[in-house]
Amino acid sequence: MKKICFLLVLLFVFKASNGQFYTTKNGFTGFYSKTPFEDIIAENNQVYAVMDIAKKTLAFSMLMKGFIFKKELMQEHFNENYAESDKYPKATFTGTFNEVVDVAKDQNITLHISGIITLHGVSKPLNTTAILQIQNDLLNGNCSFALIPGDFNITIPSLVKEKIAKEINVQVKISLHQ
Amino acid sequence: MRTLLIVISFFLIQSSFSQDTLLLHMLDDSMSMQKTKTYVTGTFKGVYIINTQSVEAPAKNALIFLIMHRFGKVNDGAYNLFGLDNATMRIGFDYGITNNLSVGVGRSTFEKTFDGHIKYKLLKQTDGSNQMPVTVDLFGGIYYTSLKYSDKPYFNSRYRTSYDASLLIARKISTALSLQITPTLLHYNLVPTTADKNNVFVISTGGRFKLTKRMSVNAEYDYVLPGQVNSYTTYNSLSAGIDIETGGHVFQLHLTNSQGMVEPLFLGKTTGSWTKGNIYFGFNVSRAFNLKH
Repeated sequence: MKKICFLLVLLFVFKASNGQFYTTKNGFTGFYSKTPFEDIIAENNQVYAVMDIAKKTLAFSMLMKGFIFKKELMQEHFNENYAESDKYPKATFTGTFNEVVDVAKDQNITLHISGIITLHGVSKPLNTTAILQIQNDLLNGNCSFALIPGDFNITIPSLVKEKIAKEINVQVKISLHQ
Repeated sequence: MRTLLIVISFFLIQSSFSQDTLLLHMLDDSMSMQKTKTYVTGTFKGVYIINTQSVEAPAKNALIFLIMHRFGKVNDGAYNLFGLDNATMRIGFDYGITNNLSVGVGRSTFEKTFDGHIKYKLLKQTDGSNQMPVTVDLFGGIYYTSLKYSDKPYFNSRYRTSYDASLLIARKISTALSLQITPTLLHYNLVPTTADKNNVFVISTGGRFKLTKRMSVNAEYDYVLPGQVNSYTTYNSLSAGIDIETGGHVFQLHLTNSQGMVEPLFLGKTTGSWTKGNIYFGFNVSRAFNLKH
C-alpha cells in the first residue's frame, strides 16, 4: 500500500511538474553490418523511450541482451565478446532537440537531435536527424545513424575483421503515446 | 507522513539532476518494474567441458561438427614421440532440433564405438535477481561397441550396448567462472565378472575460468563411487586444458588420463593414472554451421 501510494505521489509530482511525456516500451532498434563475407542483422523490439515535448528532451534505454540475431551463436558472441552484456547490460541515449512539436496538428517534423549515447560503458556525443510523424496523438519517430565499434572500446579481432563492417548502421523506429 | 517526507526529498533530489538524466531514470524505473527476464549465455564455450557434456547445446537448426583426438600416453617414450604416433579419435555431429532439444551421433575409433545422445534443457539460469540460479540439462546416451572379437563370437548387440543418463547442473558464477556438477548413471549390459556392478554411479565436476574473452582454462574430475568396479583397476578421470574460441570454431587442448571419449569408457573404464604418467594429450575441435536462416 505504502509503495503504491509512494509511486502514485511520485507519478503525480512528475506529471504536475513536467506534463508532456510521450513514452513507449516496445520501440525498435536494429543494427546492420554488411560485408562481402557476412551480413549481420540484430534487432531489439523492447526499446524503452520517452520524449518530453514541452522541455524538448528525449531518452532511450535498452537491454543489450534484447538484441536478437538470426544466428544464436552470433548472439552469444555479441553478448560475451563484444558488448559484454553482463558488465554493461544497457545502452542509453539522452538528448535534446530544437523544433517545436505541436501534437494538435498531424504533420511530419524533422528533428535535429543532439545528445549522448552510452554503450559498452563509453559515452559519446551523437548528433542526428529524425523524422517525427504526428498522427492521432501518436508520435512516430524514425531515425538512422552510423556507429564505429572502436569508438566504444569494442575491439574486433583481426581474424573476423573482414566479416564485420567498419561502420555499423543503426535504425531506430518508435511509436510514442501519452 | 514519513512517506510523504521521503517522497518530497526524493523529488527534490531528482529535480536537481539535469532533465536528461531524469528522463533516463524514468525509463530505468519502468524497466525495472517490468522485470524483463534475460537468460545467461555462454556458460561454457563448447558442448563438451573436456570429456563430459556441458550444458551448452547447438541452437535450433545449428549443426556442430566435432573432431576429437586423444593421442597415446605421454610416457610411451621418445620412440613413439610421447604418444603422438598413436591416436584414437571420435567424429561427431550435434544438431539442434529446437533451442532446448538437441541430438548427436558419433563414432570413435576406440573399440569401434558408435554413440547417440539426446540433450534437453530443463531450466535456464537467469540474469540478475537469481530467479533461476542454475541451468539444468537432461542427457541420455546409448553406446554400441562394434569391435569384433574372434574368440567371442557369441557377443551379440545386447552385450555390446551400454547406456547412460545424467543431469547436467551448471551455474555461471561470474563472467569468467562457470561450474558444473553432473551426476551420471551408467548401465553396462555386460560387465567382466559378477563382482562388477551393471549400474555404475558417477559424479562429475567440471568448470572453466576465462583468461581472456576468447580463452579459458577448463578442468574436470569424474568421481566413480567406490565398490562398483571391482574385478579390474580403474581410476577416476581427471582432465585439464584450455579452450580457444575463434568465431565459429572452438579449439580445446587438454591432458587427461582417459583415452575413451564416450561416457561408458572415460567414466567407468579409465585405466590410466596421472601418478604413473599415463597421460594422454588430446584436442577437441568444433565447428558450428547454420543449416537454415
